[in-house]
Amino acid sequence: MTSNNTKNAVNKRYIQNAIDVLMFPLIAIVLGLFVAVFFVMWAKNLGFFDGVATLFSAIWEGTFGKRANFIETLVATTPLIFTGLAHSVAFRTGLFNIGVEGQFIMGMLAAALIGLIPGIPSFIHVILVLLGGVIFGAVWAAIPGYLKAKVGTNEVVNTIMMNFIAMNVSNYFVKGPIHREGSASSKMILESAQLYRFLGPSERVNIGLFIGLVLIFVIYWLLWKTTIGYELRAVGLNRHAAEYGGINSKKNIVLAMVISGAIAGLGGAVHVAGTIHKVHQLVGFTNYGFDGIAVALLAKSHPIGVLFSSLLFGGLNSSARILQKYRIPKQIVYIIQGIIIIFVAADYIYKWFKEKKKKEAIKNA
Amino acid sequence: MEKVIEMRGITKIFPGIIANDNVNFELRKGEIHVLLGENGAGKTTLMNILYGLYQPDKGEIYVNGKKVDIKGPSDAIALGIGMVHQHFMLVHNFTVAENIILGSEPKVGLKIDYKKAVNDVKELADKYGFKVDPNSIIEDITVGQQQKVEILKALYRGAEILILDEPTAVLTPQEIEELGQILKNLVKEGKSIILITHKLKEVMNMSDRVTIIRRGKIIDTVNTKDVDMDTLAEMMVGRKVNLVVQKDPPKVGDVVLKIENLEALDHRKLPKLKGVNLEVRAGEILGIAGVDGNGQTELVEVITGLRKATGGKVILNGQDITNKTPKEIIEAGISNIPEDRHKHGLVLKFSLIENAVLGQHDKEPFSKGILMNYNKIREYAKKLIDDFDVRTPSEEVHAGALSGGNQQKFIAAREITKDPYLLIATQPTRGLDVGAIEYIHKRLVEERDKGKAVLLVSLELDEVMALSDRIAVMYDGKIVGILDADKTNEMELGILMAGGTLKKEGEHDKQ
Repeated sequence: MTSNNTKNAVNKRYIQNAIDVLMFPLIAIVLGLFVAVFFVMWAKNLGFFDGVATLFSAIWEGTFGKRANFIETLVATTPLIFTGLAHSVAFRTGLFNIGVEGQFIMGMLAAALIGLIPGIPSFIHVILVLLGGVIFGAVWAAIPGYLKAKVGTNEVVNTIMMNFIAMNVSNYFVKGPIHREGSASSKMILESAQLYRFLGPSERVNIGLFIGLVLIFVIYWLLWKTTIGYELRAVGLNRHAAEYGGINSKKNIVLAMVISGAIAGLGGAVHVAGTIHKVHQLVGFTNYGFDGIAVALLAKSHPIGVLFSSLLFGGLNSSARILQKYRIPKQIVYIIQGIIIIFVAADYIYKWFKEKKKKEAIKNA
Repeated sequence: MEKVIEMRGITKIFPGIIANDNVNFELRKGEIHVLLGENGAGKTTLMNILYGLYQPDKGEIYVNGKKVDIKGPSDAIALGIGMVHQHFMLVHNFTVAENIILGSEPKVGLKIDYKKAVNDVKELADKYGFKVDPNSIIEDITVGQQQKVEILKALYRGAEILILDEPTAVLTPQEIEELGQILKNLVKEGKSIILITHKLKEVMNMSDRVTIIRRGKIIDTVNTKDVDMDTLAEMMVGRKVNLVVQKDPPKVGDVVLKIENLEALDHRKLPKLKGVNLEVRAGEILGIAGVDGNGQTELVEVITGLRKATGGKVILNGQDITNKTPKEIIEAGISNIPEDRHKHGLVLKFSLIENAVLGQHDKEPFSKGILMNYNKIREYAKKLIDDFDVRTPSEEVHAGALSGGNQQKFIAAREITKDPYLLIATQPTRGLDVGAIEYIHKRLVEERDKGKAVLLVSLELDEVMALSDRIAVMYDGKIVGILDADKTNEMELGILMAGGTLKKEGEHDKQ
């Protein structure tokens, strides 16, 4: 009886907890859409209800409503799963790895380079391509990670610089050794290096999506079921206590960066091997790495949350095209995303103040 | 008698806590009035309201019979109220005089009239019997003198009413006596003083009246000469309190921890430990007494591997553990109840389950390879909670949700249950209520009786004296004397803590 009661109480707390955690992201999404409606009304001179109807039907059509669009949503979601997870691991360890973008680019480059090596059986070739992405991304993140642990340089500044280096390294290869004549991109990778497209070769969705889904659970397992995750999270939440408990925080900072970079690099490799099959010359960034920040923030750095938030951002990105068909400016999508991020950030700020106020109260009581 | 301050029906609510609940308080002219209560009882909140740092949610304040609205410290200062905080607010590379005039500088044209400042300060200091040199730099003078500078600062601004928040926490017994004298001089000159403290001895020695506050409510205001310490303790805690720690004579065994000529730098890379020599034996509690900042923190950090030694040795059971990693030292058999439980002792946003194995999460049975065994860890956390009577709704809540006392019990549970050879406890009862203090003390004595070596570091001299079998006094990075606890007294310890020497040398400080 008593144990039953406590169990109920525990369940109740879990539910309460879940509501607390989910509330702000959900409100953020609803408010984001709500504000977007006004822009639609303004852009198209519609009343409120017409605005709602137009926007929502356009977004629905652009994301899930039509088979082709749904497939493109999945395509747009796939890289965000990887970059979202990459940011989540770094956030959990108290790091801000803005370099996910550059690590993603290095993963793409690795896939393009390895994907051109002829004479390797397909199964092995695909594994080599993905492994190459993992290693390139990991190395690219290990450098700022090592610098942070060893000399205490700020990882944000260093990873931003590494992003530009990655972009230029990639462009060097794309414009030089692996350039395809008469194009602004690299040569197509060999068929043996391409990921299986399970809906047929003309549909861009590929098993990279499933690699991402599996990775979500792997990262969840890593963070919450292993000593590695225990140490990463302990360092992220309270570095001093972690060190007092015999955890080497410097080692864990490097490790978190390496894992984060490896995920990002894998994402880049998957993107090339599965979706685009070549690397374009970059005039700017791909933005997959930066969108991953928003994905991870909205997901509260939880791998399962990343599944949903990457789907949301991927869906919005892929629906931008359809919005234009309805003569809604596609920038509406970025407005929605921007507002969501603002509200999620507001949540963090609110919590920060609450915590501070609480601490003050305890300190001064 | 004339009331200089009257606070009526003050209520202040913080999220989740009623810090002050309909509090009435009055201060008479020319009295020393102690505000007595445990940590978290609401003493400081009440005084922060009087000083304008907080606005009350309800209630009225009268100064000299006039209703006032104190919106900030500048209002309070204008009304002649001065406050000396627990943590001093001085500019460390300024002189005493510069600090005192800061914010109300005497000027000649645009220039600060430094000569006048020095003279003013000297005059003020002489008037009340302060022994401070206006021209010395703050970082060169002792903590006791810094406190005097703070008091002078308040007086310089024309304070008639002085609030002192835990003024004795950082002082040696001799300095406390000196402070008492200064306060008496101030009262003679017509000032009125409020002392915030939780130390009973000082209440008895220094005050005219006491107001006891418990959980935000006023229990009573009494004349000091009408009560004794036991009564005050009972009023403060709400039940009968055993002020003495019960313990049998120690059964001392072999040397467990041996420290030889240990040297280390502080965070500014200046020498902090200057050749520490110390032995702790199985079955004894060795207490380290000393004024804050004489190297106690650094000593513990070096022993536990959190700070590098620049010279000397730390030897545990004959094995050299100097400059090993914290992990290796934990494995060698040292447990540590740390000084700052929020910074070092717990990951506040981890559940109690996760906190239960901090420091042994990678050991069987809690994990195998890289896989954590959360079923085993949960069982273990429950055991810690049961064994040490930690009050918590369940083992799943975040450590941050527990009260300070229960957090500390949980840390003690974790560290003691590791079954170490050496248990280090640094300020193990800081900020705890009397009930939790009694409990932690009892468990430390139990560990000693089980044959563990216990190293106790505390700034509360009473705690060191009550628990220790031997007392090592630390001053300026060295152990300046080791005394048997039952053969020494506060006077002797105080002299050593202030850097003095005892005449009857060699009697019992040779081990």
